[in-house]
Amino acid sequence: MPPVANIAISILFDGLAYAMFLFIVSVGLSVTMGLMGFVNLAHGAFAMAGGYVVVSLTRTLGIDFIPSLIIAAVLVGAVSVVFERGLYRQLYKATDLEQVLLTIGLAFMAIATATYFYGPIPKSVPLPTWLQGDVNLGFRAFPTYRAFLIVLGVFLIAVLWYAFEKTNIGAKIRAAVDNRRMAESVGINVDLLFTLTFAVGSGLAALGGGLAIQLFGLSPSFAVLYLVLFLIVVAVGGLGSLKGTLLAALVLGVFDTAGKYLFAEAGGFFIYAMTVIVLLIKPAGFYGRE
Amino acid sequence: MAASDPTPMRERAAEYLLRRHRFRAYEALPWLIAIAAFFVFPDRMTFGSQVLIMIMFALSLDLILGYAGIVTLGHAAFFGVGAYVVGLGAARLGYTEPISGLVAAALISALVGFITGWFLLRYRGLTLLMLTLATAIMFQEAGNLRSDISGGYDGLPGLVFQPLLGKFEYDLYGHTNYVYALVVLAVMFYFVRRITYSPFGQALTGIRENVRRMHAIGSPVHLRLVTVYTIAAGIAGVAGALFTQTNAYVTLTVFDFENSAKVMVMLILGGTGRLYGAFAGAAVYMLLEDHLSKLSPTFWQFGIGLLLVLAVLFARRGILGLFEDASAYIAKKRSKP
Amino acid sequence: MTAALEVKDLNRSFGALSVTRDVNLALERGARHALIGPNGAGKTTLINLITGALKPNSGSVLLNGEDITAIGQADRARRGLARTFQINQLFRGLTVLENLCMTIGERDGHCNNLWRSAGARRVVIDEALDHLQSLRLVDDALKLVRELPYGRQRLVEIAIALAQRPRVLLLDEPAAGVPSSESHLILDVVAALDPEIAVLIIEHDMDVVFRFAKEITVLVQGAVFTKGTPKEIQANADVRAVYLGEESGLGGTRHG
Repeated sequence: MPPVANIAISILFDGLAYAMFLFIVSVGLSVTMGLMGFVNLAHGAFAMAGGYVVVSLTRTLGIDFIPSLIIAAVLVGAVSVVFERGLYRQLYKATDLEQVLLTIGLAFMAIATATYFYGPIPKSVPLPTWLQGDVNLGFRAFPTYRAFLIVLGVFLIAVLWYAFEKTNIGAKIRAAVDNRRMAESVGINVDLLFTLTFAVGSGLAALGGGLAIQLFGLSPSFAVLYLVLFLIVVAVGGLGSLKGTLLAALVLGVFDTAGKYLFAEAGGFFIYAMTVIVLLIKPAGFYGRE
Repeated sequence: MAASDPTPMRERAAEYLLRRHRFRAYEALPWLIAIAAFFVFPDRMTFGSQVLIMIMFALSLDLILGYAGIVTLGHAAFFGVGAYVVGLGAARLGYTEPISGLVAAALISALVGFITGWFLLRYRGLTLLMLTLATAIMFQEAGNLRSDISGGYDGLPGLVFQPLLGKFEYDLYGHTNYVYALVVLAVMFYFVRRITYSPFGQALTGIRENVRRMHAIGSPVHLRLVTVYTIAAGIAGVAGALFTQTNAYVTLTVFDFENSAKVMVMLILGGTGRLYGAFAGAAVYMLLEDHLSKLSPTFWQFGIGLLLVLAVLFARRGILGLFEDASAYIAKKRSKP
Repeated sequence: MTAALEVKDLNRSFGALSVTRDVNLALERGARHALIGPNGAGKTTLINLITGALKPNSGSVLLNGEDITAIGQADRARRGLARTFQINQLFRGLTVLENLCMTIGERDGHCNNLWRSAGARRVVIDEALDHLQSLRLVDDALKLVRELPYGRQRLVEIAIALAQRPRVLLLDEPAAGVPSSESHLILDVVAALDPEIAVLIIEHDMDVVFRFAKEITVLVQGAVFTKGTPKEIQANADVRAVYLGEESGLGGTRHG
């Protein structure tokens, strides 16, 4: 295989794996922001929390990686309901600024708590043997873990797409994102719907956080470091749009990976420049309502 | 009621507006404290100058956030541009005269504010938050891209500036820097105070209170916002330039999201839209940080997070707002024993 | 004579829904024109199109003969087009007096001044107080708008529009949300408006409409259903059928 093609395939493959991570974490943020217009800068903290739960379960309790991921998602999703009911709820009608401040405050507290219990040094997780090494797809070998990430991502996209487009609850969510007042007037309980999507979104973020450990390592600053990327995915994709979030995650994942392979120095510059250009042209993102 | 003569009430109302912008005695307090600090803590003047610089930075944010109601997550962009104007000037061009350096920093940051503001300020909400955030990071990444020029995250160390006005050398204790920063802050404060009490400043509060109504009464809202954004960017640039000059050092971390968030937190803690909120907030924040982060940076970070949450839930008008509420409460108690 | 305000073949749709269809409307100087129609007829949309808060898909808006379709909301306001909102749009955290001073400041371009103090112009303050006095709001001058009862806030809404010194004034249900015991105060103010100003009013109370208006346009599903004098509209059986039939008998007869 010519080296150029080899690099291109590597970029696409790694980019795709990265995009799946971005999608899994961001999709919940997008839907909850679309539903309530709530600016949630603590979303990265839920992802981080998920990561640390996985670290504790695997390292301390010796539970396998996959069950740990599931437990972390369920646990964080459940705990997030407490935050939603206790804190977020009071600020739905507040200004952007107040929402920004509250959630930055929560993110800071989360980072400090994680530093206190786990220290500032990045953590790793033990992977089961079947996720280690490479998998040979005939023409080339790929890292198994990233292949797993892509398969899992595609599976989750299918499940979410089905839930969003084909189920009763999904239809209600779409209606409420589209026009909240109208949805309420036909008897949809938007508050309850929001709590539900918030819990699922935070659970998915936690899952993403657990999955990310192998890719980037996990340190407390994860909560803020990747938050900017999640927010970009949400804003560029368009609030509350599954399709938009996926597209934005793919574009960002592949471009960022290409940037790192080809112009390591330029690094993030192109990503942010692209974000600014997209938002200047389409302020509501790819699939947002203008 | 309708028959009563409106003249006395008219006079009272007119007097209120006619006198409102006059200086009051209590406004001397922060300056007296700053001067007293110089004599009481002569060995803490390096820290003192940093407090004054952060006050200036928070003051510039107050113009756009507190008065015009623009929420930005990228105000550090202008602080950083100002910091690098004098930093690069000294390190790469050998230009080391401090005061003209400040002026250059102000002009260039203001220009950057004007250009970015022209495009960004058409938007609100999440889009604006993301655009301001991404713009600040773009500067950082651009600096990283050309770290041969910017010095990257290792920074531009060991900068040397000419003595102030050609006369005053920088002493080990930072006394010159402190006086320098205090004088510049006083000048900037005077500017900001004039603006907030001007008809233009009133129009900014109008935009904050109700932008739809501003359009309806014929206000050129975009022009007003770009104007104030440009001015605030210039002042933030001066703060950044002072930061580089007093530390003789600058790195790309000045563009960090944390820096934008920190100045916002200071302003919120002090109270927005009230001039002295920046003073109270920045001073209290810096003092707490100085003490608590020495004890435990982790607890400090947790504390500041908790403080933010509590401020949003219970004290939305900041420290000065709490003072006002408290004094109103005491006055009420006294009036009916 | 050129009309103070003219609307020609105005169209606007939101997606598949046409909310304004081929609307034509003309207000002479000093006109007293009422716009009526059932809920959802597109009355407020029409006002938003006239003021420039919304852009039309086609058609034009002329102010004193000048085509203003392409220019922005604020420029239209500076050319003498003022409006009130169906739901108060006020500077709630500022005093009533400041609400007025700001309006005058923007009208006369003082707000371009960054240096001189806002309080330094006694003329502006006096004019603001004059407007307040004419609406008997002087006692509330130093209160924050959000501290006022809703009815008095509605008066501030009108005071702001008048402080713009408009040539054309669009009133979107000026008495909406005000208890009927207080609404006469607002309607007295409307009745006493400067006869030079062309006024377009949206109002549901037919008593008010028939007493105030010299011309009436009936809007149904975004299109002009009919127009005429109050007498003609009152006598029009079709209007009764589509609109007035919903009311408890034709207005104007109740209070004589």
